[in-house]
Amino acid sequence: MKNKSLQIGDKKFQSRLFTGTGKFSSSQLMRDSLLASESELITVALKRVDVQNNEDDILSHLQHPHISLLPNTSGVRNAKEAIFAAELSREALETNWVKLEIHPDPKYLLPDPIETLKAAEELVKKGFVVMPYIHADPVLCKKLEDVGCQCVMPLGAPIGSNKGLKTLDFLEIIIEQSNVPVVVDAGIGSPSHAAFAMEIGADAVLVNTAIAVSQNPVEMAIAFKMAVEAGRMAYEAKLAPKRNFAEASSPLTQFLND
Amino acid sequence: MTNFKELFDQYNWDETLSGILSKTPQEVEFALAKDKIDLEDFKALISPAGKPFLEEMVQRSHQLTRKRFGNTIQMYAPMYLSNECQNICTYCGFSFTNKIPRRTLTNEEILKEVGFLKSKGYDHILLVTGEANRTVGVDYISNAMQLIRKHFSNITIEVQPLDQDEYERLVADGLYAVLVYQETYHREEYKKHHPKGKKSNFDYRLETPDRLGRAGIHKIGLGALFGLEDWRADSFFTALHLKYLQKTYWQTKYSISFPRLRPHSGGLEPKVEMTDSDLVQLIAAYRILDEDVELSISTRESEVFRNNIVQMGITSMSAESKTNPGGYVVEKQSLEQFEISDERSTEEIAKMLQKQGLEAVWKDWENNWA
Repeated sequence: MKNKSLQIGDKKFQSRLFTGTGKFSSSQLMRDSLLASESELITVALKRVDVQNNEDDILSHLQHPHISLLPNTSGVRNAKEAIFAAELSREALETNWVKLEIHPDPKYLLPDPIETLKAAEELVKKGFVVMPYIHADPVLCKKLEDVGCQCVMPLGAPIGSNKGLKTLDFLEIIIEQSNVPVVVDAGIGSPSHAAFAMEIGADAVLVNTAIAVSQNPVEMAIAFKMAVEAGRMAYEAKLAPKRNFAEASSPLTQFLND
Repeated sequence: MTNFKELFDQYNWDETLSGILSKTPQEVEFALAKDKIDLEDFKALISPAGKPFLEEMVQRSHQLTRKRFGNTIQMYAPMYLSNECQNICTYCGFSFTNKIPRRTLTNEEILKEVGFLKSKGYDHILLVTGEANRTVGVDYISNAMQLIRKHFSNITIEVQPLDQDEYERLVADGLYAVLVYQETYHREEYKKHHPKGKKSNFDYRLETPDRLGRAGIHKIGLGALFGLEDWRADSFFTALHLKYLQKTYWQTKYSISFPRLRPHSGGLEPKVEMTDSDLVQLIAAYRILDEDVELSISTRESEVFRNNIVQMGITSMSAESKTNPGGYVVEKQSLEQFEISDERSTEEIAKMLQKQGLEAVWKDWENNWA
């Protein structure tokens, strides 16, 4: 059984596993891993690539008919810089898709909600498909949806931490309320985390560190692919409800039927 | 707290050092059992009692570094612009009283050096000068930055400490980072090594990272010159400085460097030796203290040491460095600030990294956004 495809903006994705390009030990290993993951949307930090150079090592390793590039603005500190970066990338990489990352805090790379909302509104007006990386903040997600973001990307845990869905309660509220796809970004450290995110109804997950830093990135990429498919399949098949208590063999209310 | 000096003045060097030296194996074990350590734990990790735990510390440092920085090492190259200097520093080849030919690169010469570094693939550059405010003041630095800005995504300087408004001007010119090492946090010993020139003002140097933070710089590099005083106490004060700055200027990144005294013209013998094992211990301790701080190693260190240390917490390194103005192309024979130890080419270093499963990263910034 194939998972239902996911639509964001004008694109349809068969794979609900989005990936990133950082931290790999070589560009070739990055390519091999990302192809093995069957990911169709791959984010790349604009600061890591030379957008003017056709032979840029990272960009040249990402050329493949199944791969759409998702440039990200990692490194910018405010809305103004983010908008400038997005416009440069649209011109150079010929895509109006942008993963909006604004983190004034260079230590934990936590996103700035105020600047993100400001930049998102402006970028949508300029015709971008905006995918904002944000805290798992349900109100902010609704506001980003209101200004026209095509999806929201709340974090599961601090980026690169591999800690899993620490923000679970808030992710569940976001998923419940959202009219746009919810992509859990950051913190997913193992395939079971990814499967869990899909089971609770996330539309996709974005994974980078857990694949790039594993001992065998290609195998790990395949494991994530399978976990995301399994999690989504379970979600679509509807999980059996959880119970806090066992069903009693001698129900207390039996007398009502006697 | 509005200034690091206020915090620093509450500490006493001798008490700090004896506090470090009296740490016990139990305190080291206690520190290593924690997820996040504090500065008291850091003291234990750099203490003599930490030595038997070196392998465990290094393993942890390795894992934390890979998780946060991936399988990569950021590459940079220094470019010396001038060896003119009004300071007397007892350990430095450019010291005012050293009778060496002085040279400050012209625009044309700067571009020749740039051409060489670009041909090697460098995109992150470190500009270095001595302190000669009349010839190599902020105007000269600003001019050099404007000249090279289109060739490099990331520009760092290691020059004399400047005023806040001067840093603001350079940040607007595209400056990314400033390295300013305290050399030693031992006030009296500092005076001995810097008897003349603006650098003799310990407090002005100590407060430089505060001025940088207020000027909105992207990154500040800290460090002490190991050999002038006890490396453990100096490293504790560097860590104290780091933690203060991170809380105060939270939008700024930080890096730590580990220069050990190297031979140079008119050389100074280290007062306190720091062995390879000590340096490994220190690097691992910094990483365990802070998962995100960048740790940098230069060509001062030997081939063997560098081949190994890249797996132990280091995140950036230079290669093929010249420490004399014009050293790459313009005037290869001019006198160096210090002799480098690892003389391998950039290509050899990239290959060494690749063999170890590490990718040399050339570009990781974009200076056109700001």
